[in-house]
Amino acid sequence: MQAERSTVDPSEVAKFEAMAAEWWDPNGKFKPLHMLNPCRLDYITSQIAGEFDRDLTVPLPFAGLRILDIGCGGGLLCEPMARLGADVVGADAAARNIPVAQVHAEQSGLQIDYRHTTAEDMAAAGEQFDIVLNMEVVEHVSDPLAYLTACRELLKPGGLHLCSTINRNPKSYMMAIIGAEYVMRWLPKGTHEWSKFITPDELFDLMRQAGLNPVDRKGYVFNPITWTWSISDRDLSVNYVTAALKP
Amino acid sequence: MDNPGPQVIFPAMATDSDILIVGGGLNGPALALALAQAGFTVTVIDALDEDARRDEGFDGRSYALALASKRLLAAIGIWHHVADHAQPMLGIKVTDGRAGEGPSPFLMEFDHAEIEEGPMGFMVEDRHLRRAFLDAMGAEARITHIAGARVTAQDVQGQSAEVTLDDGRVLTARVLVGSDGRQSGTARRAGIGRMGWGYGQTALVCAVEHEKPHGGIAHQFFMPPGPLAILPLTGNRSSIVWSEAEVEAARINALNDDAYLDELRPRFGSFLGDIRLAGKQFTYPLNLTLAKALVGDRLALIGDAAHGVHPIAGQGLNAGLRDVAALAEVLTLAARRGEDIGAPDVLARYQQWRRFDTATLALATDAFNRLFSNDNPVLRLGRDIGMGVVNALPGLRRAFIREAAGLTGDLPRLMQGKRV
Repeated sequence: MQAERSTVDPSEVAKFEAMAAEWWDPNGKFKPLHMLNPCRLDYITSQIAGEFDRDLTVPLPFAGLRILDIGCGGGLLCEPMARLGADVVGADAAARNIPVAQVHAEQSGLQIDYRHTTAEDMAAAGEQFDIVLNMEVVEHVSDPLAYLTACRELLKPGGLHLCSTINRNPKSYMMAIIGAEYVMRWLPKGTHEWSKFITPDELFDLMRQAGLNPVDRKGYVFNPITWTWSISDRDLSVNYVTAALKP
Repeated sequence: MDNPGPQVIFPAMATDSDILIVGGGLNGPALALALAQAGFTVTVIDALDEDARRDEGFDGRSYALALASKRLLAAIGIWHHVADHAQPMLGIKVTDGRAGEGPSPFLMEFDHAEIEEGPMGFMVEDRHLRRAFLDAMGAEARITHIAGARVTAQDVQGQSAEVTLDDGRVLTARVLVGSDGRQSGTARRAGIGRMGWGYGQTALVCAVEHEKPHGGIAHQFFMPPGPLAILPLTGNRSSIVWSEAEVEAARINALNDDAYLDELRPRFGSFLGDIRLAGKQFTYPLNLTLAKALVGDRLALIGDAAHGVHPIAGQGLNAGLRDVAALAEVLTLAARRGEDIGAPDVLARYQQWRRFDTATLALATDAFNRLFSNDNPVLRLGRDIGMGVVNALPGLRRAFIREAAGLTGDLPRLMQGKRV
């Protein structure tokens, strides 16, 4: 797998820096992700702290934990995890994201292992992690069960799998496709296929079939007045996130 | 620190401290203490040297600390240093008066017994607060206090803010905070413009001793040249803040003590018996100055650097401490999420939280001053009826008291008496 790790071609650095700036511009192309990010990080950090008994009020609380972020993009989750002290691998199936994320991590003074690879390939290579972050990916894969099985294989026993996706119902169709893609233009048209959306119960079933033990689920709810996202115990009608353990 | 682990921060990225605060007044040190308590390393740069700040006569002002501000000072370990010098404010009486005449029959009275949280605020003298802050900063290992140094340049290099001091030192941090007052050099160097205007008024400030006890009651008289506030200090002493037109204020301030008191007595009235001066007299020009943005590239503004308002309602320091509590909460939560504390979206949360509040305060104090610093008989009748109405309606009166105690709005955790 080491052979697949990208290194940045110096002649292309300026281009990658420009792309990184785009990824990290809170009002740019990835604005919806930036808006959701504090909420995602709140869930991720509190789940990891709870599961691995870490105190978030001290520096580097995640030191010694090995975290894999699947579908890492520009590194919006990898960088915070590295800043909290974790040993982070960011994987993305889109090769173009890797040098962009690498350039930005360097600007941030963070050491993150970014790789152009897939969960299935990494599992086949026998990689092991304490935590797998599987955020907004499962609705894009062709075989969710095979994919979740690979995620389970990537975890050490007792490891934590955090997975978020979009529910499938008329409301989520209105919000995530009509709203986000056509009205707000937050996402390019065709980003999501409604039929690939998964209900929380279906996701829990799939995880159990993949050998994971689901332990928690919460909703992400957008408030159009304050223009912010928050975590909800009850409202999982559109965006939601789950936690599962490998036995 | 309790989790020794891999060194993830490259030396190239390491900054001298997490946060660099320019300004050693009251808000800057308060923020430094709140941030240090949350685990950040902080450097405070003060243009004045420490002896000047400790000097008794450096600043004669007193502050009406709202209950919410007191909670913040308690949370950052300052309150117990000043508690013995704090006078609880048990009531506020607002009267529309003209010098030499009795108060108008219309007045508003606010009594702390009408709200359950306790006294609506505390009067504390600047000299006590200043020393408490210096002592507390000196005792905090995470705070580096550089006194007697001026910033000559500031810049952002990659992901770090950088300032150059007049002795040539260059300091870096992830976030730079401007807490350097109404003429904030930090804001100016960052290209953040200001809006505002002078009031043509000057505040005359002094402390008096009086024969009779004040009973913890603050008085505000509205008089044509400007408001006169009598604010209870410990013992039989009160702090006087008295606004006059600039020329008149300069004339009065130049008088000897006896002549000064002769000017003050008819305005003050005789309800506390005879009065005499206790300490020096001071003057402060009154103006309104609002920064056009509260944040910039790796930069946040707090206190008067963000919003210098008319002191008519005694809200300047209270508003500054709200900035402190809000910014400390935003940065602390961001760090716990692993976010870059100087990222534009993180700093935008602070601006979003505080901007509406500070603009409202600036405009309300401005309108209040214009309404009351006026001898127009129609306006006078109008405001007297208004005060009579507020006074007659307990619900509205309680709302005013809660506002005065700083208990309204989206209160930061440190002001709710909670930890972040």
